[in-house]
Amino acid sequence: MRNWLLPEYIADILPATARQLETAKSSMLELFRTAGYELVLPPMIEYIDSLVAEGDDSLEMKTFKLDDHLSGRQMGLRADITPQVARIDAHLLAERTGVTRLCYAGSVVHARPAGLMSSREPLQVGAELYGFAGIEADLEIIRLALATLDLVGVQNPRLDIGNIAIFRGLAAAAGLDPALTRELFAALRSKDAAEVALLVQGVAEPYRSAFVALPELYGPREVLDRARSRLPSIPDVDQALGQLQALAGALQGRVEISFDLTELRGTAYHTGLMFAVYAPGWPDELARGGRYDNVGRRFGRARPATGFSLDLRDLLRILPERDSARGIRVAARHADAAAGEIDALRKAGEVVMIDYLDESAAALNCDRELVAGPSGWQIVPFN
Amino acid sequence: MTLTIALSKGRIFEETLPLLAAAGITPAEDPESSRKLIIGTNHPDVRLVIVRASDVPTYVQYGAADLGIAGRDVLIEHGGAGLYQPLDLNIARCRMMVAVQNGFDYDEAVKHGARLKVATKYPKIAREHFARKGVHVDIIKLYGSMELAPLVGLADAIVDLVSTGNTLKANHLSAVEHILDISSRLVVNQAALKLKYATIQPVLDAFAAASADNRE
Repeated sequence: MRNWLLPEYIADILPATARQLETAKSSMLELFRTAGYELVLPPMIEYIDSLVAEGDDSLEMKTFKLDDHLSGRQMGLRADITPQVARIDAHLLAERTGVTRLCYAGSVVHARPAGLMSSREPLQVGAELYGFAGIEADLEIIRLALATLDLVGVQNPRLDIGNIAIFRGLAAAAGLDPALTRELFAALRSKDAAEVALLVQGVAEPYRSAFVALPELYGPREVLDRARSRLPSIPDVDQALGQLQALAGALQGRVEISFDLTELRGTAYHTGLMFAVYAPGWPDELARGGRYDNVGRRFGRARPATGFSLDLRDLLRILPERDSARGIRVAARHADAAAGEIDALRKAGEVVMIDYLDESAAALNCDRELVAGPSGWQIVPFN
Repeated sequence: MTLTIALSKGRIFEETLPLLAAAGITPAEDPESSRKLIIGTNHPDVRLVIVRASDVPTYVQYGAADLGIAGRDVLIEHGGAGLYQPLDLNIARCRMMVAVQNGFDYDEAVKHGARLKVATKYPKIAREHFARKGVHVDIIKLYGSMELAPLVGLADAIVDLVSTGNTLKANHLSAVEHILDISSRLVVNQAALKLKYATIQPVLDAFAAASADNRE
């Protein structure tokens, strides 16, 4: 009998962690609420053409597909909630022309795990801001991401910022064809300097040298100065570097910052400033985000957009387990007589458990007991 | 901040020693004679972990090691997800080749459009190579002694690393096609490069300077 076996990279979340996860999720959503982000709950399944943009191969590969017997069309299980929220902003909330702030928390399903340590069913929590292209919006999202991680006790976070507009601008200015752009993108993502040098052999100067320089442009703030001296001064590059400089200035002293101009790890839809948050002791990023202007165009409305998301299941693994609150035991024979008292305690937030089997304090996870005293019900230590 | 470097025994380890020396790192023991899997160095904060060559990318990807040295063959088979590979160290150089038994007309078999049986330890590289050529192949994954496969009729051709060619010659095989030049790369865990930049970057720079001398 092996019917208890779960598929690879799929797991149950057991009592202590489940409670911790739910608590973290609600405190995150509460933080978003107080920052003006409205909660949306997009569906688990959609038609594949609304779920995955044409040409977004990495999302396509991650998406489980199934046939809809009602419409005969192909559907997918969502592998990313951000495009769904962009669809809501572009279509359902189209009467709103100002800034729209939306947030969400829900499971997504990945046909292939994103990494060795990843679940195939991440719990994606995120916030998105539509309708404002200014850098202040990016700053708001970064601050919100940092506050979200702080909320669950992440220590010594490190913010890494990049700007995909630099690569896109250089590729456009150099007139690279789509195939070469894709290969170069992949090589730059892994900072594979040898491969980059090989790929750009036929590219005209000053772009060839710029692409060769890119894999080395990461590290502390002085990277921006190196970038200015090694990259050609074209409007896209100047503007992108200016944005990075401005962000660094605004966040100075609040968090440790590093830069990475080939941080192209976002999804295919990113267009500008991008960031990731790391913390010691974890081999992967804890939260990621960035600008993805005009993603809503395919749903009828192009809008400036920026946001961030994290996988709460992933995140909880590096956080210390918190002891769940101990409860109050009530012997089964008292349960009826003490019903009113038990209700009152539960209303006050206490865990009150009826003990049918005379179990130990450890088994019940109770440290107190409700007993009949001389002057009514009273709570005494239980161990 | 501590630094863990994943290395494999043998040729890669030997050719890495001068690079480590350039970064001021001396292993406390020789992995060939020691049975230890974790080897200290002259720096209390730097340690080496000795793993199988094909496991190096996995250790680095998991963050079990911050840095590692792995052949390009191993990295292609692994896929390289989650790794930075900023440096070609130009060490442990060799070539990935197609080889057949002497007397087997490879060009004719390819032209003929036959379905070839190919034995290899490198299924991904082999599959991509033959796909580019437009040849149908059945890949037989083996873990060693590939040269035997054509001799006993298990395969028409093999895809394997060739450094001197002596093993091929001794088994009456000859290399018929060059697929890739292989050398070892420095791989870095992505989060480690961000979080331990101040520790890792000097090592990277020293390796870059020392490995520039290895270029042909």
